Amino acid sequence: MTGFAPAEAFAPSGPAELALLPLRFERLSPERYLVANTVGDYLILARNELERIADLDVKPGDGLYEKAYSRNLIGRKGGSGQLQLIALRMRSRMAFLSEPTALHLFVVTLRCEHSCPYCQVSRCSADKTRYDMSEETAMRALAIALSAPPKKLKLEFQGGEPLLNFALVEKIVSAAEEQAPRSGKQVEFVIATNLALLTDEILAFCKQHGILLSTSLDGPQDLHNRNRPRPGANSHQLAVAGIRRSQETLGRDRVGALMTTTEASLDRPEEIVDEYLRLGLDGIFLRPLSPYGFAVKTKWIAGYDAPRWLAFYERGLRHILQINRQGTHFPEFYAAMLLQRILTDRPLGYVDLRSPAGAGLGALVYNYDGKVFASDEGRMLAEMNDRSFELGDVHTDDYRSLILSDKLVNMISDSLAQCAPMCSSCAFEPWCGADPTYHHATQGDYLGIKPLSAFCSRQKGILTLLLDLLGNSQEDAAILRRWVAR
Amino acid sequence: MTPLALSGAADSVTGFHESGRLVLRLRDPKAAPQAAADAALIRGPGDAAAASAAGFATAVVIDSGLPSDALPDSMRAARLSARFGYFADGDIIGFDPNSRRLRTLYRRNSSHNSFLITERCNHYCLMCSQPPRNIDDGWILDEIASCVPLIDPATPSIGFTGGEPLLEWQRFIPLLARFRESLPRTRLHILTNGRFFADPQVVQAWAALKNPDLCAAIPVYSSVDAVHDHVVQARGALDETLHGILRLKDKRQRVEIRIVLHALTAPGLVETCRWLARNLPFVDHVALMALENTGFALANQEQLWIDPADYQDDLAQAVQTLREARMKVSIYNLPRCVLPRGLWDYAVQSISDWKNAFLPACEECTEKPQCGGFFSTGRPRFSRAVQPFHTVAATIIACLQPLFEFQRLDEELELCLSCANALNLLI
Repeated sequence: MTGFAPAEAFAPSGPAELALLPLRFERLSPERYLVANTVGDYLILARNELERIADLDVKPGDGLYEKAYSRNLIGRKGGSGQLQLIALRMRSRMAFLSEPTALHLFVVTLRCEHSCPYCQVSRCSADKTRYDMSEETAMRALAIALSAPPKKLKLEFQGGEPLLNFALVEKIVSAAEEQAPRSGKQVEFVIATNLALLTDEILAFCKQHGILLSTSLDGPQDLHNRNRPRPGANSHQLAVAGIRRSQETLGRDRVGALMTTTEASLDRPEEIVDEYLRLGLDGIFLRPLSPYGFAVKTKWIAGYDAPRWLAFYERGLRHILQINRQGTHFPEFYAAMLLQRILTDRPLGYVDLRSPAGAGLGALVYNYDGKVFASDEGRMLAEMNDRSFELGDVHTDDYRSLILSDKLVNMISDSLAQCAPMCSSCAFEPWCGADPTYHHATQGDYLGIKPLSAFCSRQKGILTLLLDLLGNSQEDAAILRRWVAR
Repeated sequence: MTPLALSGAADSVTGFHESGRLVLRLRDPKAAPQAAADAALIRGPGDAAAASAAGFATAVVIDSGLPSDALPDSMRAARLSARFGYFADGDIIGFDPNSRRLRTLYRRNSSHNSFLITERCNHYCLMCSQPPRNIDDGWILDEIASCVPLIDPATPSIGFTGGEPLLEWQRFIPLLARFRESLPRTRLHILTNGRFFADPQVVQAWAALKNPDLCAAIPVYSSVDAVHDHVVQARGALDETLHGILRLKDKRQRVEIRIVLHALTAPGLVETCRWLARNLPFVDHVALMALENTGFALANQEQLWIDPADYQDDLAQAVQTLREARMKVSIYNLPRCVLPRGLWDYAVQSISDWKNAFLPACEECTEKPQCGGFFSTGRPRFSRAVQPFHTVAATIIACLQPLFEFQRLDEELELCLSCANALNLLI
């Protein structure tokens, strides 16, 4: 029997035998640094620890070597297993690209009986039938949607208020169900509606065709009705009644709601969350205002800045965690998505937060008049004569010409976070995404200067908060991990 | 605590004229022999008469008291001591008449059959239970090949160990093909360090077996190269093993990751499993295995011994991390009294039957039927947490379980025994 070699015989002899793997870092506080690789393995380190890693001044047994090696931040010179791991995980994280344009939004009418001052899409009063989508336009749009590559497609009906043109919704659903199997597709339907005009007949149709409902709920009655005016000032009553009826008829998991944060919401995150809980909704998505459409015209967008919104978000999230601690599974959906990116490499192709951007590649929007947009927000810009996001027209284009249009290709390549200034060196990048629409609207540029971007401030703020909870609060971390585990 | 005798020498041998090694399948003496390798298993005069009537040319005699004239002169025979009394119909042995040496190759009634492919290895693991020897043992593959047609096709699974079985992959992989042909319903489990799979040729040949019941069980002792390489005593081992695993999964082959827990690997277990969950979530199974205190593990006891009770918190956290990543995980080689109750569902009765044993104290334990017990090989070392469960205590623990999720069991036991005493007082 020959002897055994001691541990030192397998340790690198010094920095010359080590190599840095692709990593980025960001200062979180004067003493704490986030250090992450391109697939989101990360450590939070003191400054001198970061310096030691940068100098490769680490060795087995000192703890830092083990941590940095396990997180694929450093490797052995000549070794390539870790790079293989990073490459395949990158591929997994990007796998949403293999299913381009799974979401298709039909603006079946621009009419709406609400007159919300923050409306990010255009709307007009309910009686102008010239703002309805025609059946011919709808069928052209459907043909384009069904020629998109994915096997599973989601068709979402938007407005205005789509229930004002429900006859067309019915026609599209029936036509899609008839045509989809011929091209080997499965289709799922969603109606984005304020539920004010919900009838038993509409519900019965939704049940029959497995249609999901997505509505708006901004919180308690006074806040909601202030944000969402309509004749009779009864938006909240109608939304709540609609949610209850839909839950009963379609099932609790078949109706969801979205909230928008206005200046009046800022002091009331707990009440807003509790309203969602009270109505038996399965979670909440705390969303800031978007700088499009009426939100800009009415200056509501100027009502608060990123720090005030982040304070609101943190209060809301902490309240939600408190609810979860008492045994109720009730996620904040935006955090849950970011956590999926932080804690796993499962692909997440959420159209509003991904890079390459979700514009066109994730979703196409068919406007009432047949114009096709790369994003929902892009159609409002077009109303204001900015046609940057208008990719074509259902009457003259097909899926290929839309998706390969110079406008879309430029928008996506110009905004690519992985190689954009300030993003390519950002430690948060693997968890973040590109938002060409937002930056075009606020800075006139798909990429934007990130230090001036409220999008960027919000992202870094939420991500820093989540890292803090994961690292410093065991109980909260366990809850956050459960939101991802499913 | 002694393991079953899987090798030894015959007391006497008569009538064998071959010079080389033989493979014999032991049969019920009353049934007619079906293959040249079939030998009647004889335990008494009645069996001898039956064997000769059934036309057996070979006999394996367990009862040394059998009169020498009980067998016909024409029948060749090997007489074995009572240590081999466990032999049963369908078992297979390797036998060298010249040296009288024999080895048990296959036991039909066992669910832990495994074939050693070679004693040679390109690793030299600090805790190896089968210390490698650099010898010319290529004959083993031939011996196993002649076993294949004799194995009962109803055998649920067969393991292959070493040494490193893939050292001779050009002969070993075709042997696996013969197993598949002859035993299409049998799962094949190969213990390998995985390094040969870094060679695309090897993975190609492996994948060409097209056997969905084939699994490569590969040890990854740490997420840190210096630790893994030290444990297996080979520089660059982790990096090459990683390539091997990735190539296997690229070809959609089944892979199990094995982590043996000892003083060098247990402290990093949580981090290793977090790393597995993140980097290799697509492997088919992770086995977290307590140390078998035999072979090199005895020589390196100073370095390796840790009381398993001291890593239970980490083990619980490691299991949880893997489960959150939706990975399949099992715990091998640990008795229930050492494990927190929350881990019982993951504990498998993993120790091969021939070396699985219990302590005298286990006889009174209510958990024994579900328990994995202990290794009887080498010099068994026991955790301080080992102690039997009693019905009352077990019941109270069950009642109190929600309060003590993942807490240390010995603490629970102490508390619960005092509850039990209190109960007795009340009654």
